[in-house]
Amino acid sequence: MKNTIKQIFHSGKFLFGFVIFLFILLMCIIYPIFVTADPLQMIGQGNFFKPGTYVSVEESTLEKSYTLQLPKQFSKLDAVLDVDTRAKIQEFLIKQAGVAESEIDVTDAEGLVSLWQANYDPNTKYSGLTSAKRKALKRLDSDIKAAMKDSGVIVAEKNEEGELEQSKVIKDTDYININDVTKKTFILGTDNFGRDVLTELVAATKSSLKIGLLAGLIATAIGLLLGLLAGYVGGLVDNIIIFITNLFTVIPSFVILILISYSVGDKARGIIMVGVIIGLTSWPWTTRSVRSQVISLRNRDHVNLSKLSGHSMFRIIFTDILPYIASYVVMAMILQISSGILAEAQLSMIGLGPATTETATLGLMMQWAMQYSAHLNGSWWAYFPVVILIALISFSLNLMNTGMDQVFNPQLRD
Amino acid sequence: MEATTNQSQKQNSTDAKKAAPKPCLSGRGITKVFGVGKVQTVAVDHVDFDFNEGEIISIVGESGSGKTTLSKMLLGLISVTEGEIEYQGKPRDISSASKKKEYWKNIQPIFQDPFSSYNMFYKIDAVLDDCLNMRGFKHLPEEQKIQMKTEACSFVNLKYAELTNKYPFELSGGQMQRLMIARIFLLKPKILMADEPTSMIDACSRATILDMLLKLRDEINMTIIFITHDIGLAYYISDKVYIMEHGKFVESGTAEDVIINPKADYTKRLISDVPKIYEKWDLDTVAN
Repeated sequence: MKNTIKQIFHSGKFLFGFVIFLFILLMCIIYPIFVTADPLQMIGQGNFFKPGTYVSVEESTLEKSYTLQLPKQFSKLDAVLDVDTRAKIQEFLIKQAGVAESEIDVTDAEGLVSLWQANYDPNTKYSGLTSAKRKALKRLDSDIKAAMKDSGVIVAEKNEEGELEQSKVIKDTDYININDVTKKTFILGTDNFGRDVLTELVAATKSSLKIGLLAGLIATAIGLLLGLLAGYVGGLVDNIIIFITNLFTVIPSFVILILISYSVGDKARGIIMVGVIIGLTSWPWTTRSVRSQVISLRNRDHVNLSKLSGHSMFRIIFTDILPYIASYVVMAMILQISSGILAEAQLSMIGLGPATTETATLGLMMQWAMQYSAHLNGSWWAYFPVVILIALISFSLNLMNTGMDQVFNPQLRD
Repeated sequence: MEATTNQSQKQNSTDAKKAAPKPCLSGRGITKVFGVGKVQTVAVDHVDFDFNEGEIISIVGESGSGKTTLSKMLLGLISVTEGEIEYQGKPRDISSASKKKEYWKNIQPIFQDPFSSYNMFYKIDAVLDDCLNMRGFKHLPEEQKIQMKTEACSFVNLKYAELTNKYPFELSGGQMQRLMIARIFLLKPKILMADEPTSMIDACSRATILDMLLKLRDEINMTIIFITHDIGLAYYISDKVYIMEHGKFVESGTAEDVIINPKADYTKRLISDVPKIYEKWDLDTVAN
């Protein structure tokens, strides 16, 4: 046993898969120790906030400010002059004001504004423009004028009479220390409900692993039991079991999964229920493969010797057959866990997973991201980490399985 | 020389037994068919036999002639398609687990392939302890158990102290085979079904072990059924020889009758195919 484990850990593939899986597992264990917030708490009032650090605006304006003479990172002019606007100004300067193209540098905001101010007169009626365009140019001119005023932002508070009274002017050289104000970092932003994606992701991974493990255990237990019985006892028992197994194999198990999930109802579907449902529908192939292994084992001489030594059927199954297929069963269980996690994701994607209000799962996160078109509005943080995590879990489990396969089946080694 | 003395010895012993030949295991029309329909294979085809108590019976035949299938049917490991097996004069009844267990106290095998005969997950002590449990010695003091096991191992030139706490795969093929025979010395069954028991053992140990088995036969009046391709061995030790071809007994009788005066062509061929020292090997029959 010890030797086998040692051998397994010598397999590069197994080790690689194991490290990935361990990393995911540790993430699920360690992260909640440091972040104790409820993963389902809706912090953001709105959909899909970008990843980053959010600071309190009120505190930022009231906090003691420092004057830093830094090159302007943010200016109102830059906010006005976006790429489209610059192109519009360039077009106006060339066509209406007759400025040579070589004189215009669209990347130089100040130069562009001075050219604009020199050539644009709001009272002139430029020909060759629709009135809508003329009005747009007028609006642009007033925006630029407003932006050029270097008056800063005035903070006003209502006094006792209810009138606004200037209390502070914020200049563009004013800075505050970020440690002085309340802030909140969303490493992966928020989702459509305004929930912190990272915290939710960790909780979701945990519950998805739980579902996968439960489903894998149930499927393997049922499959092993039926497979051992069918294979060892044979005869009528074998016929009945294999008949039921074939029945389940022919009907796509995903259809059964959907039907059971639907009939159970939304309220009752928690993590355990979904795990049980997946486990109850995915045992047939374990049964079939265990059965075929047992059939080849039951006529071996060591089983005959055990029989002739007067051992009972159960003792023979547990001591003479089970140890021989144990490695195979462990491998089958790893695959069942992996497919259980994927089955949960599939179920949740069509809205038949666990109830959203009670728990987070990887499948549910995907479903809501899709419902709110995260993939269309560029909110990659709402679905991409989930996809990566699902892929990593099943990749690591399958890699472990392949590694073990090579250890137990030396013929497969390259 | 040796053969003749042995023959006369054997003659004496069989003469003594002949006084009251008690049928131990007999079969009428035993048939085993594997598969159904087009893929049907008749492994054993309506064979009749009477094995008397204390006799040494050899079943000789080429590979695939159905010897092992017949032995498994006699052991009760596989069902009989057709025919009836009688054990000690009464129809054999192994319909329930407890009846099977009772039957298996009286009939034990030595399997052909020692490498596949052990559960590789358990130490070999388990195999020997099972034998003691089977004889109802479960509650004997540990020292006595060890003494019995040591004794049984010494019969087959094995040292129990060297074997204990070892796994089957740590033993050589010969050691495994001898351990399988040591089981018989512990179990002392009424019938021994030995399927190529000495195929893996060197010539020196082989003679000793066969000798021990013969002694055990004399001690507890054990019936030994040898299954072998080695017609020389069959001649050397058996009282009765059955020649099997394609699931049928083509010839049977005392060892002298069958081997000195073979009647069936198949027997003649089997005998001429045995290579003999100082003689040119006659391969003419092979061409046929």
